[in-house]
Amino acid sequence: MGELTAQSPMDGMMPTRIGGVALREVDLGALTLVMPYRGADDALSGALEAGHGLRWPDAGRMTGTTERGVMWFGRTQALLIGVEPGEGLSVHAALVDQSDAWAAVEIEGDRAAEALARLTPVDLRTGVFGVGHTARTEVAHMAASLTRTGEATFLLMVFRAFSRTLVHELGTALEGVAVRAAR
Amino acid sequence: MRLPCPICGERDRREFYYAGHAVALERPGEGAGAKAWDDYVHNRENPCGETRDLWFHESGCGAWLVVTRDTASHAVLSAVLAEEAAR
Amino acid sequence: MRLDGDGLIDRSRPLAFTFDGRQHLGFEGDTLASALMGAGVKVVARSFKYHRPRGVFTAGSEEPNALVTLGHGAGQEPNARATMVELYEGLQAFGQNAWPSVEFDLMAVNDLGAPFLGAGFYYKTFMWPRAFWEKVYEPVIRRAAGLGTLSRKTGPERWERAFAHCDVLVIGAGPSGLMAAMTAAEAGADVILAEEDTRAGGRLNAEVEEVDGQAGHAWAEAMRVRLAAMGNVRVMTRTAVVGGYDQGTYAALERLATEADRALKGCFWRIVAKRSVLAAGAIERPVAFANNDRPGVMMAGALRAYVNRWRVCPGRRVAVFANSDAGHRTARDLKAAGVHVSALIDARADAVCDLDVPFYAGGQVCGTVGRKGVEAVRFRQGDRIEAVQADVLAMSGGWNPSVHLSCHMGGRPVWDEGLAAFLPREGAVPGMRYAGAAMGAFSTRGCLESGAAAGRAVVEDLGLQAVEAPVPGAEDGTYEITPFWHVPGKGRSWLDFQNDVTVKDVTLAAQENFTSVEHMKRYTTQGMAPDQGKNSNVAALAVLADATGRGIAETGTTTFRPPYVPVPIAAMGAGAKGKGFAPERFTTSHAASVARNAPMIEAGLWYRPSYFPKAGETQWRQSCDREVRMVRDHVGICDVSTLGKIDVQGPDAAAFLDFLYTGMMSTLKVGRVRYGLMLRVDGHVMDDGTCARLGDRHFLVSTTTAAAGQVMRHMEFAHQVLRPDLDVRFASVTEQWAQFAVAGPKSRTLLEEVVGQALGNEDWPFMACGDVRTGGIGARLFRISFSGELAYEIAVPSRYGAALFDLLVEKAEAREGGPYGMEALNVMRIEKGFITHAEIHGRTTAFDIGMQGMMSDRKDFIGKAMAARPGLMDEDRAQLVGLKPVGAVKELIAGAHLFAPGAEAVSETDEGYITSVAFSPMLGHVIGLGFLARGRARIGEHVRMVEHLKGSATLCEVVAPGGFDPEGGRMRG
Repeated sequence: MGELTAQSPMDGMMPTRIGGVALREVDLGALTLVMPYRGADDALSGALEAGHGLRWPDAGRMTGTTERGVMWFGRTQALLIGVEPGEGLSVHAALVDQSDAWAAVEIEGDRAAEALARLTPVDLRTGVFGVGHTARTEVAHMAASLTRTGEATFLLMVFRAFSRTLVHELGTALEGVAVRAAR
Repeated sequence: MRLPCPICGERDRREFYYAGHAVALERPGEGAGAKAWDDYVHNRENPCGETRDLWFHESGCGAWLVVTRDTASHAVLSAVLAEEAAR
Repeated sequence: MRLDGDGLIDRSRPLAFTFDGRQHLGFEGDTLASALMGAGVKVVARSFKYHRPRGVFTAGSEEPNALVTLGHGAGQEPNARATMVELYEGLQAFGQNAWPSVEFDLMAVNDLGAPFLGAGFYYKTFMWPRAFWEKVYEPVIRRAAGLGTLSRKTGPERWERAFAHCDVLVIGAGPSGLMAAMTAAEAGADVILAEEDTRAGGRLNAEVEEVDGQAGHAWAEAMRVRLAAMGNVRVMTRTAVVGGYDQGTYAALERLATEADRALKGCFWRIVAKRSVLAAGAIERPVAFANNDRPGVMMAGALRAYVNRWRVCPGRRVAVFANSDAGHRTARDLKAAGVHVSALIDARADAVCDLDVPFYAGGQVCGTVGRKGVEAVRFRQGDRIEAVQADVLAMSGGWNPSVHLSCHMGGRPVWDEGLAAFLPREGAVPGMRYAGAAMGAFSTRGCLESGAAAGRAVVEDLGLQAVEAPVPGAEDGTYEITPFWHVPGKGRSWLDFQNDVTVKDVTLAAQENFTSVEHMKRYTTQGMAPDQGKNSNVAALAVLADATGRGIAETGTTTFRPPYVPVPIAAMGAGAKGKGFAPERFTTSHAASVARNAPMIEAGLWYRPSYFPKAGETQWRQSCDREVRMVRDHVGICDVSTLGKIDVQGPDAAAFLDFLYTGMMSTLKVGRVRYGLMLRVDGHVMDDGTCARLGDRHFLVSTTTAAAGQVMRHMEFAHQVLRPDLDVRFASVTEQWAQFAVAGPKSRTLLEEVVGQALGNEDWPFMACGDVRTGGIGARLFRISFSGELAYEIAVPSRYGAALFDLLVEKAEAREGGPYGMEALNVMRIEKGFITHAEIHGRTTAFDIGMQGMMSDRKDFIGKAMAARPGLMDEDRAQLVGLKPVGAVKELIAGAHLFAPGAEAVSETDEGYITSVAFSPMLGHVIGLGFLARGRARIGEHVRMVEHLKGSATLCEVVAPGGFDPEGGRMRG
């Protein structure tokens, strides 16, 4: 029997640019949800530093980068990005593979925040939601994770099955912003 | 409406699921009588003023919260993790 | 007519537009109202009830008269206020509530019937016969009385919704709002300044006045430019804040109405602000006197706006009537603009005048004369009644602060005797301060000062330091007013122009004992409809106070509710059309299913294939029957990825699952799957599914598609709230895995090829699970069956889902099998008597579905105590049974009720109902599942199904659920 072919969540559906804002589907590689057991936070943190050189993030923050980092992902959990978890971690935490569960898109441009304000109730002002900040929230009625990865760059994740709706909603929001920009 | 999630900070109401009075924290023991269970499952006060209820930060961090608020003024007085309130 | 001079219009940019098909010219900067005035159009609308001709009355969003329809066809917009419509090239406006036109309206006969059409007329007159109300009276009345109409077509226009956040929201960009915004911004706060007009300035744009040594409007524009250049300020013009809500949330409607923006109509904003400043200004109030609604009668402040800002005047000779210095200011500006002032009538007996105009102190206008517009004004001075020729009458009865937003959280405004006006109540909205005319500061200097003070107060609340700055110099006059609401006399005196409510209607309401202001409002309709009584509320309740012998403070106001100005539903629901209605959740096999022409049906947000039609199949039943036989004879593939999957790990994972499920999961062996029920706390069944033990401390829970979210929430509740002592962690893996059922006698050989290992009963017995590999990929295999056949479910990481589905279908087709959809899945589970949420619909217990044996008595679990209540274990309860027709009628209908064969089919004799129905190709007849009182003891008895809506009745035999392969030999084979 031959190999099974992998398909990315967006599978070419996402346009690359709308009105000055660049869009890019991101393959984040291995995604592991890490959920420390009771009282194991410090031990896990240590194992993460020792094994991967990564720091456990505070609530609402991300450490490292989207190529290799740890993103706070909710109460008592964080997402290990771009790294296969070492054996040492499973002693201290439940590990769950989520590499295929999320569609991720990078949104970049001066008007990216303005477009996202059409989709999410989270306060995205730079003074409140700076680089390295991350939030679990709702984006156009979809459960989502939103991270500011640069001054004008965001990483937005929704469930894989919502990919097509995300393309539609982002498109609508960005087109509205583009109409205003053209004034 | 906005609720101050102890983990995420103040967030819009649409991220939360409402689950009624915080009496749900005090589950009767297995042998408790019918009245205790009735009170736990069905009987609720309808206060004008301060009340405590349960909210689930469903589209946020996933924490269950005990929120104290005023039904008359709509003021939200506090929110704590249910996990801690339950201990 | 258009006056000379600059104003705030751009005469180098003429704009052509039409009103009722006739072409006119206006200028950039005009509103539709000012452009119509410039073009000499006097009658712009007909009134709501009497079809009286009406002209432009105000210059703002409170306009009661000049409602027009914009555009035509699908996107036509009714009830647009001409005073708020920005003129653009090619604009098409139409008069409404008139036939054939507002100039000549045949329905004006209503006005002749006016003596009969007072308050409560409809209620009193059209009472009987009762059946006539809906069929005759209401349609006729609706046609004759009303506003504009919708096209009833899907509108092409686009709106947006968006969120904005700030430290300080300043509502209104007049002198007070500008000062408040600047003070807050200079202290470092994030500021949103919202203004419903196209430009900042408020009254400064309408008056001839200086601020800081320059023209008021120029100062305002300079302030706007300065604010807009600051990084922490967002100036939102054309944006009306329409509602105040809990915890500093505000709603605002932004309209983008200029030529370039028509692709986008506007945006409905949700603004979250830590603090706010209400600087919404004030609305000038009319005085009621006979025939005060004739075109040409308008508010004095509005007339100044038209003359000074837009350089237009609706006539050549203007009479002015006021009870404050507003009259003098109006006459002064008119004279300066070269308009003839034929009389200045001041209701204050001690007033003096230094202008060269005919002046009448202590005068009261008691009527107007004219047909489609004012021709003369009659007034009383002492005992004398005089008349002057005038085609415009500007009036002012004082100003009402725009307190609306201060009242949206239940606060009532406070009556101020000195100002004869309601003021916002301190602290009515948490975090809101008031400034300027909205709090009764009516001089420009007073506005600037109170704006600065409010700005300082909010930044200090926020812990910021306000920068000391001088308040610019400006007009600092006093506001002296004699309260004055209506001039007694013969003839109708309008209070509410939009709803055609007169002084007589309000006094009639009082006479008929509708003395509460809320009752008066509903009886007369005063204060309803688009303007919500912005012009008329205070005067109407003053008249009511008078009629009932109470004071105004005691009479009180009606409740101010959002929205402050009308908000199109299209704006609030922006984006929620078509694909934007709800998120769509697609499985990895979606494209393949669609390619096979499968009709997709919704399951929550998911889409699943109904069936896969083949050539020659014209009805769904043909495809469904074929798919059932295909699975039972060969093999079928079905995407079951939509079922919830929850990964549970930890030292206390087993104990936690024991607490959740009715049955024991801690005794489950690694590599085995067990069916389980979860109850709600009240003892009813919440969901069913399987629980697979992947490792000693590692389980995988499955839920139904419908209840996946509910179960996750329930588990979080059980852990965080009820059993935080348990060391367990769990997460949804629904999206991580694409999972496919492979069902039918040939499923084993098919999967053996796919996973390259033996799957016989020795290796993979019924209810076994474990890891396998396929195509170089790690996969999970479960020997579980929802069809009653030998069946497996195989799961791979979602990125391989599409490829695996194609592979499985290809291999199935090589074995006379193929994909099957929800219809066949449903038929097969009914044939087997397996339940879904049609049966566990929230009101059934484990006892009802015959699974009381699954409730373990060796442990506590959620719902246990309540499920044990006698009423939930009563043999008389409706219990799950199977049904098959035995009479001439072969039809079963889900939702139909069950009765004893001889009983009358009424609720008293009701014995149960049908939940699921299917035609079973294997059994050759229709089968059903349902709940029947004492059902388990009645196998073999007959009952009658009755469905009253369709008028069907079917005699049925009660059978055990699941008539196909009752021993389950196929599934274990």
